[in-house]
Amino acid sequence: MTATIIWTIAAITVLGVLLAVVLYLVATKFKVEEDPRIDEVEKVMPGANCGGCGFAGCRAFAQSCVEAADLDNNFCPVGGNEVMKKVAAVLGREVKEKAPMVAVVRCNGTCSNRPLTNDYDGLKSCKVKAALYSGDTGCFYGCLGCGDCVAACQFGAISMDPETGLPVVDEEKCTACGACVKACPKKIIELRNKGPKGRRVFVSCVNMEKGAAARKACSAACIGCGKCAKECPFGAITVEHNVAYIDFNKCKLCRKCVAVCPTGAIHDVNFPTPAPKPEKAAPKPAEEAAPAPKPAAAKAASPETVKKEE
Amino acid sequence: MKKTFSIGGVHPDDKKISAGCAIESLPTPKTVYISMAQHLGGPAKAVVAAGDKVKTGQVIGEPTGFISAYVHSSVTGTVKSVGLRKDLAGIPVVHVEIAVEPDEWAEGIDVSDTLVTEIPQDPKFIVDRIKSNGVVGLGGATFPTNVKLCPPPDKKADILILNGAECEPYLTSDYRIMIEKPQQIIIGAALMKKVLGVDHVVVGIEENKPEAIAKMKEAIAALAALSSEYAGIEVMTLKKKYPQGGEKQLIDAVTRRQVKSMGLPIDVGAVVQNVATSLAVYDAVQKNRPLIDNTITVTGECFPKQSNLLVRVGTPLSYIIDYLGGVPENAAKAISGGPMMGKAIANLDAATLKGTSSILFLTEEQTRRKPETNCIRCGKCAEACPMGLEPFLLNKLARNGLMDELEQNAVQDCIECGCCLYSCPANIPLLDTIRIAKGEVIRIIRSRTAPKK
Repeated sequence: MTATIIWTIAAITVLGVLLAVVLYLVATKFKVEEDPRIDEVEKVMPGANCGGCGFAGCRAFAQSCVEAADLDNNFCPVGGNEVMKKVAAVLGREVKEKAPMVAVVRCNGTCSNRPLTNDYDGLKSCKVKAALYSGDTGCFYGCLGCGDCVAACQFGAISMDPETGLPVVDEEKCTACGACVKACPKKIIELRNKGPKGRRVFVSCVNMEKGAAARKACSAACIGCGKCAKECPFGAITVEHNVAYIDFNKCKLCRKCVAVCPTGAIHDVNFPTPAPKPEKAAPKPAEEAAPAPKPAAAKAASPETVKKEE
Repeated sequence: MKKTFSIGGVHPDDKKISAGCAIESLPTPKTVYISMAQHLGGPAKAVVAAGDKVKTGQVIGEPTGFISAYVHSSVTGTVKSVGLRKDLAGIPVVHVEIAVEPDEWAEGIDVSDTLVTEIPQDPKFIVDRIKSNGVVGLGGATFPTNVKLCPPPDKKADILILNGAECEPYLTSDYRIMIEKPQQIIIGAALMKKVLGVDHVVVGIEENKPEAIAKMKEAIAALAALSSEYAGIEVMTLKKKYPQGGEKQLIDAVTRRQVKSMGLPIDVGAVVQNVATSLAVYDAVQKNRPLIDNTITVTGECFPKQSNLLVRVGTPLSYIIDYLGGVPENAAKAISGGPMMGKAIANLDAATLKGTSSILFLTEEQTRRKPETNCIRCGKCAEACPMGLEPFLLNKLARNGLMDELEQNAVQDCIECGCCLYSCPANIPLLDTIRIAKGEVIRIIRSRTAPKK
């Protein structure tokens, strides 16, 4: 009995040692050479594995940083400049500072601005809704309000405002990873420069319809009148497909465009004082709506108090 | 024993309340809006501009690519504009807007009622006429008919199946044309038989349409007496089951052949055409008359005036409804197509298309979705699926975005018939999630196979 136990232990010990030697030999023979700096870089990453950088995860990003010639094309939106500086220190390279970005919801279609034209009764998902039809308001381009962006955000930075029916981005929590941008089937959310002290100006509308039709669907739509583009001293605003767009690299935050916008489609955020008033009284939107509005549509664009939403 | 397809299917109440209404011609409206995206495949390119005079039957849109079709003016008049207009889902599509004047037909179109029974002997002539007259499949998918009739040379059809199943509840437009124009439909079938070079044509009709079956049999007998071209055409009475009108289901029901996953009917030697398409083929070939009108059922329990109307393509839906007395007060939803597969209409100002088969009004009680509860794994959806899929599983996979598993479980074979959703006791929106996943999986499969070409 004792002999059996001793023999068993001995046999298993010998077998274990033998296999360990085999494993050791195989491991040295087929050793994968990996740059030790990848581990070091990975340690300074935030570890969110959100994919905001365009890589599969933090480790893939670290590997790409190590392999790339410079860090110009690699940027961790979650960690921002601080993390990138650490990465640069590990690798002994230079890194250019990037302006911090933030997700911006470009839709003004609040429940009061954009009346419902039908009742959606299907699955509460923007993706499903967008595949079925234009949505439950007159605007084909606007927010569908089912909150796919909220579900996509890993950082809890987006929530739906029950009053407006639009998503709201929490600037503090937003890391500009871009998950919401990808999740939005209407491509309303854009990553824009956060701006000095968080101050920024943007066109909060993506409606490409002609002025009168856009106004009919939503009272705060961009009607593509081009007033802002004319007013802008820096040439930062372009009007294409009946909708204005502000280039955040050129914008100097003078807010002249905010003052002239007849529908209040241009938003300014985090400014201490309200936007300067335009010289003339509130312009009549019907005149600017379109060069030759159709009779039926012109009726809808009757002058009404221009609401500003923020 | 009457035949039907072998797996799945449901039995919704057929509610053919407009079956007794003879087809009535709708007066042309003052303005028509003809969409350039009337068919599957690339939208047509408008070849007219504002200010142009057009005649009825004149080409106004030319095909772009292999799978595309001609679009003709359905009226005589002046083009007012060519531009984006919202379709019935509210999505902007290029439309040609025409102010209507009294009809003046384009040259070469036979507008008489005389029945032309002589079959042209040249298949190429027949296909060319079908193509140039813009005939597309009217069973729902609006696939260009000429493409379907010219299978690749290595594949040969041995049977043509005419789809007269009309398995969707409420719809009666196919039923009415089978009663009112049976001879034209059979001549259309003989024309397609000639093109395909097949000997056998089966018209599949469900047992709930005895009058149509009798009329079609009568027409076949009358025509067979005239010429040997009409030999080999027969009517098959099918058991009533939804979705019998699905292409693969109908092939199964008639021939007992199974189309493989991602395969086409031609792989098993069958070509399926709708009876309405057959009628359009007759008009296109024998009369050189383009597809500019179609029969539309306007129905619903809450709708006072049941109708089957012959409507010009591009007529605004609101015009049709106003003609019949307006939207009923208790109607909560308007649907284009049947209640199972039809699409809700978001915009009543939208115009009809070649493939529009009905406007159906449902009340709040009939249409409101009940709150979703948990899946109880009863398996009713899997039992109902005519493609043998497992909708409960696909739904779970789709909600979690597991594309590889979805493909392994054949989500790409879903025909979107809605049987799963219809039979689910937990009111889970199975079709909504599966349809999106199907689209994504098909895109992945295509992108994978594309570079090999």
